[in-house]
Amino acid sequence: MSSVLFDVPGPKARTRNKYLNVITVLVVAAIIAFIVYKFYESGQFTAKKWEIFTFPRVQEKFLEAIWATISAFGVAAVGSLILGVVLAFGRLADTKWLSVPCYWFTEAFRAVPLLILMMIMYYGLPSVGVEGMTPFIAVVAGLILYNGSVLAEVFRAGIESLPKGQGEAGLAIGLTKGQVLRSILLPQAVRAMLPVIISQLVVIMKDTSLGFLITYNEILYYAGVLGSQGQYGSPILPAYMVTAVVYVGLCLILSGLAKYTEFKMSSRLKVLKTKVGMAG
Amino acid sequence: MNVLTDNAELFLTGFKNTGILFVFSAFFALILGTIVAGMRVSPVPAMQATGTFYVNAVRNTPLTLILAFFALGYPQLGLPDLSFMAAAIVGLSLYTATYVSEAIRSGINTVSVGQSEAARAIGLPFMQTLTLIVLPQAFRSVVPPLFSVFIALLKNTTVAAGFSVLEAGAIRAYLSERGEPLLPGLLWVALIFMVLVLGILTPLQRYLEKKWRVAR
Repeated sequence: MSSVLFDVPGPKARTRNKYLNVITVLVVAAIIAFIVYKFYESGQFTAKKWEIFTFPRVQEKFLEAIWATISAFGVAAVGSLILGVVLAFGRLADTKWLSVPCYWFTEAFRAVPLLILMMIMYYGLPSVGVEGMTPFIAVVAGLILYNGSVLAEVFRAGIESLPKGQGEAGLAIGLTKGQVLRSILLPQAVRAMLPVIISQLVVIMKDTSLGFLITYNEILYYAGVLGSQGQYGSPILPAYMVTAVVYVGLCLILSGLAKYTEFKMSSRLKVLKTKVGMAG
Repeated sequence: MNVLTDNAELFLTGFKNTGILFVFSAFFALILGTIVAGMRVSPVPAMQATGTFYVNAVRNTPLTLILAFFALGYPQLGLPDLSFMAAAIVGLSLYTATYVSEAIRSGINTVSVGQSEAARAIGLPFMQTLTLIVLPQAFRSVVPPLFSVFIALLKNTTVAAGFSVLEAGAIRAYLSERGEPLLPGLLWVALIFMVLVLGILTPLQRYLEKKWRVAR
């Protein structure tokens, strides 16, 4: 093993590492024990605080809230990907009147906090007479504008990282610039940038929780509702624990998906390489 | 324009608190993130595991939930009281530290092995190899990602507005209390953020990137 930071450990270093290992385990165990103790001492593990989760009605509502999160995520993810591709193409266009506005659009929407964007949608627009603004639309529109701009940069970086010959070859066989972008450059860019794209999808998933602040009825919002039930001992911490597990679970599924597709794609590339090798 | 001048004191307080949140959270996140990165590249398995677990768990939890925990859940635990401001700083630091650690870790990986081999060959011990040779190069090469992390942090401070901190994101609530027009007020907030990000942080990032580029 060669690392930048240390050599292969000798006998002395190995014993030292062993001691450090034990110390770390002890320190971490102490911290966890302290947190668990505090949770226990303040009665977070009492049956009264968890009882509320046994009601079928509450479970149903919780599932509805999870569905609200997932549906906002789904619509926002698809919308951002589409907007991202459109903006990336716009910025790569030869005509100035197309590329300059696309440049400013991406720069502006990446610089504004997502919460402020959502507030502009939900509180700002109705105040000047825009009707039919629901929390769902505000959340999704904010997510699409922000993440679409971020993804546009990702796509553009992916396209620009490709070897020049790819686009030139396309032009040489008589494709238009749009066709070259669509059928030659974009598929390769998406493949190269897949890890970044999926981690941006995880960001979208997490950012749906901002909807809670503009009264969108999603998981965190519902956790707050549960947490304020006085007759069950205000189980706010149990509700947050369940919420955290749900979010981490959803995000890990997404990142797991990312690893899987990456693996699939790299193995397919390997096959391609060996085939090319044999033909040569 | 009227909304801005009529409520100048509100905008000033809001953005002053945004600044405080940003500076303190950035400071603590940088320290904690460096420590976590150090743990993840250390030869001690327990440290690696702890660092990895922390990064994965916190990065997959929404910031909103973390801040909600510190603002609303934490007071139930019977621990020393935190003001909403302090709670927001703790939450933002814990969250941002994971991104800082990932940036620094990738920076350490960009330093070529030959650099530290050379350092060891001339007899430098581990700490000197780390602090004189590896970390300076690592820090320089992570300027761009680190700045992106801090730009994200600046924007994330607005989430604290949801938890009773009077900062830029909370300006809306106060404006609506005063019966001021909301859209212009919110557009001003957005515009100020654009100036902060595009006018100050991004140029600073480009400048440092150029100045500190590592010759390879």
